[in-house]
Formats: sequence, structure tokens, C-alpha cells
Amino acid sequence: MKMTNTEFDKLAKEKSPNTKLYLTLPKAFVIGGLICCLGQALYNLYSYLGLTELNARAAVSITLVLFSAILTGLKLYDKIAKHAGAGTLVPITGFANSVVAPALEFKTEGFILGTAAKMFIIAGPVIVYGVAASVVYGIILFIVKAMQ
Amino acid sequence: MAKLIKDGTIGMDTFPSVASFAAAVGKMEGDGPLGHCFDYITEDATLGESSWEKSESKLQQYAFSNALSKGGFSEKDIDVLFAGDLLNQCVSSSYGAKDSNVPFLGLFGACSTMAESLALASLFVDSGMAVNAAAVTSSHFCSAERQFRFPVNYGGQRTPSAQWTATAAGCAVVSVHDKAPYVKAVTIGKIKDMGVTDANNMGAAMATAAYDSISRHLANTKQSIDNFDLILTGDLGQVGSDILVELFRKDRVDISKKHNDCGLMLYDMEKQDVHAGGSGCGCSASVLCGYVLQEVQQSKLRNVLFAATGALMSPTIVQQGESIPGISHVVHISADS
Repeated sequence: MKMTNTEFDKLAKEKSPNTKLYLTLPKAFVIGGLICCLGQALYNLYSYLGLTELNARAAVSITLVLFSAILTGLKLYDKIAKHAGAGTLVPITGFANSVVAPALEFKTEGFILGTAAKMFIIAGPVIVYGVAASVVYGIILFIVKAMQ
Repeated sequence: MAKLIKDGTIGMDTFPSVASFAAAVGKMEGDGPLGHCFDYITEDATLGESSWEKSESKLQQYAFSNALSKGGFSEKDIDVLFAGDLLNQCVSSSYGAKDSNVPFLGLFGACSTMAESLALASLFVDSGMAVNAAAVTSSHFCSAERQFRFPVNYGGQRTPSAQWTATAAGCAVVSVHDKAPYVKAVTIGKIKDMGVTDANNMGAAMATAAYDSISRHLANTKQSIDNFDLILTGDLGQVGSDILVELFRKDRVDISKKHNDCGLMLYDMEKQDVHAGGSGCGCSASVLCGYVLQEVQQSKLRNVLFAATGALMSPTIVQQGESIPGISHVVHISADS
């Protein structure tokens, strides 16, 4: 049997199962949507308790990050995320999980070289390119406004 | 003394015996279809240790000490220990064996290490370099995840072709010719790279290596698959197994009725969420040392071609865009002397 890499690639693709989108998409939509509903409910609660709009928004993010961190520590977040996919990855809860999970995991290598150094191995690129993108957009906005 | 037949295939002269064997596994593996075969099942994945690496070392120690006690051996009886695992610098093996005071040779062959170590142990015994040689390998889901993928509690989704690293260890002690199972011949694997770059599809990366080693073994020993009751690969998983069957089909050989894969045997593929099947050094080690060797010992299987497969994957090299080479070593295990 002689086979080129291209022929093998075709065979491998043929034999590899695809993600069942009819299952994963609705699950991501429902669980992601529920997290957003929870966010809205928290916002309404904080507004009702007298927080200003800006403070209520910040308090919602803080609460969701806290929930996510606690669920990660209790080893429950990944069990939900297994089903939710992007539904738990995209909201701020996913960001919190991606920081807390390595922080806990690498605790065995110490608080400095483990927890602190490895804390951003997943979230790091998001922060770096997020900040970089915001600078680029800031410059564009500055130029557009200057031309007006 | 063992003799080269040709092209990596070595025939045993005395047919050394696999005198004793044992497997130690985690809870999920214990809940699988082969659960009743294992010598030790831990409910606690940490095994009471403070790090996953130590947990894996301990699991390997359990497999080793169980194999020794089952065969009535003491550590002094073991002339050489071949040990391997998936972790950098093979730490599970070296830390697992550091208190045993046994001559030690560490191996890395990724998930093919059980066949590699068993082949070397058999060759040592057949060549008179050892009276008793042990082969032990292990893997642990949590220690492998943190080295190769993500922290265990990170909420990522696995692709359907991804395999589940088994928390398992297996040990076989090879001794001079006595009783079944016997090791008759081995074929040393060649590195095969078909350009697979997806670290979540290692079955595909290893399938051609298995095809090459199995077909080379059959050709060099002038045998066909009809001479065997079981062609046992490990761990191609579902994707790799399907590819392997297809590769043989192109040679007009139907191995589907004789073939099984350790990665498909260790877990209940319907009920346990392991995607394409099991993987890791411990997967083929526990299936071989927990189940298959026992079947050969009881003559329920007479001739098994054990072809453990390894994806020689390094996260660093994969990030550099290189493809994943595979390897497969073959050991012919027989109930017939």
C-alpha cells in the first residue's frame, strides 16, 4: 500500500467524525443565554438596590466572575462547559474560568512559579491582543474624529 | 539467543514466558467493561499524593509490586526494569522506581511504550542478559492533561476525534521459558509521518505506523492474519482503527474481524464520555496486563499480535507547525510453545 500525504489526509478526514452541530449549537445557545439572563437579573437587582447604571454593570461582572471562579474551584465549571461550549466560553465567566483553572492547577509548582506565572497561560493572549486591538481602534477613532 | 529475521523483526529462540502481570487503574477505567480484570482500582485519582505526577508514580508502583507478588518475585529477582510514561523526562517511571533498587532503563515511546518495554524485556531474557526482566508503563489523565493540553478544570470542549488519556498502569515480568504466555517474535517500529498536524486526532497520526509494523511483521515471519486470534492495536481509538482497517483493505486484507484496539476496549464507548476512545501508555498496558495476557494464559486466545502505537507528539513542536510522527512496536504473544 503506497499512499501520499494528501491521499492519507483525505482518508483521515473521511474517518474522523464531525462535531454534532445540531446538538452543540442549541446547547451553547441555551446555556449561554441563561448566563446572560442571570446577568440581566443581577443588573435589575443591583439597580433596584440603588446602584447607578455604571456601578450596577460592574457589580454584575464581578458577581459572574465570582460565580465562575467558585464553580471552577468546585470542579463543576468544566462539567457544565463540556456541554455548553461557546455558551460558557464567550461570556465573562469563561474568562474567569480560564484564569482560575491554571491558577489552581499549577499550585503544585508554588505560588510564584506555579499559580502566578501560569495564571494567564490561556487568558494571556486574549489580554495582549485585546489591549493591542483597543489601542489600534483608539488611534483610528482619534484620526476619524480629527478629520471631522 | 534472539535473532534478526529481517527488517526490524526479531525471532525469539527460547520463547521467554510472561511469568507474571498486573494492572492498576483509576475509577473510570475500573467502571469500564474490563473493570473486573484489574488488580487494583483506585477510587481517588490523587492516590493520596500532593501532585498528579506523584499519583502516577504511585500507580506505576502498584502495577509493579502487584506483578512481583503475583509471580512470587521479590525486587532482588528483577535483573532489569524497562519503564516508561508520557511525562517529560519520564518522571513517573524514574520517581516510581527510585525506591525499588532495581537496574533501571527508562523509555519513551509515547503510547507504544508497553510494546517497546515488553519487546526489550523479552529480548534481554532470550539473549541471556536477564533471567527476569520487568516492563512497566503508566499514564494519568490529570498529569497528561496539564502537560499536553489544558488545566483539568478549564472549561474547554474536546473534538470528537480526541482521545481520553487513561489513568492506568500495567506491568509484565518476562522470565525464562516456563509456561504460557510466551513471547515468540517482535518487530521494532519505524517512525511514520503522514503529515497529520492535529494534536486532537492522534489515532490518524498513528494508523500508518501500526499498518507498517503489522504488515512488516506478517511478511517477515511469513505469516498471515489467519495465524492470529487477535490483532491488538493500542491506542488508535475509533478514528485510527477505522483508518487501519481501510489501509489493510487497500491491500485486499480484511482485518476487521481479527482486529481490536485497547483504546476501544478499556472504556464503554456508549456510556463513558471518551470521544474516540482511550489513549496513553497506561491504556494498552492495562488492557494487555489486565485482560489479554490472562486470556492467553488460559488459552482462550492462542496467538495475539500486540501492536501498541504511539504518537510522538511534543506540544512545542506541534506549535511550531510540524506534523506528528507515529510509531508502533509489535510483540507476538502466544499460548503455544
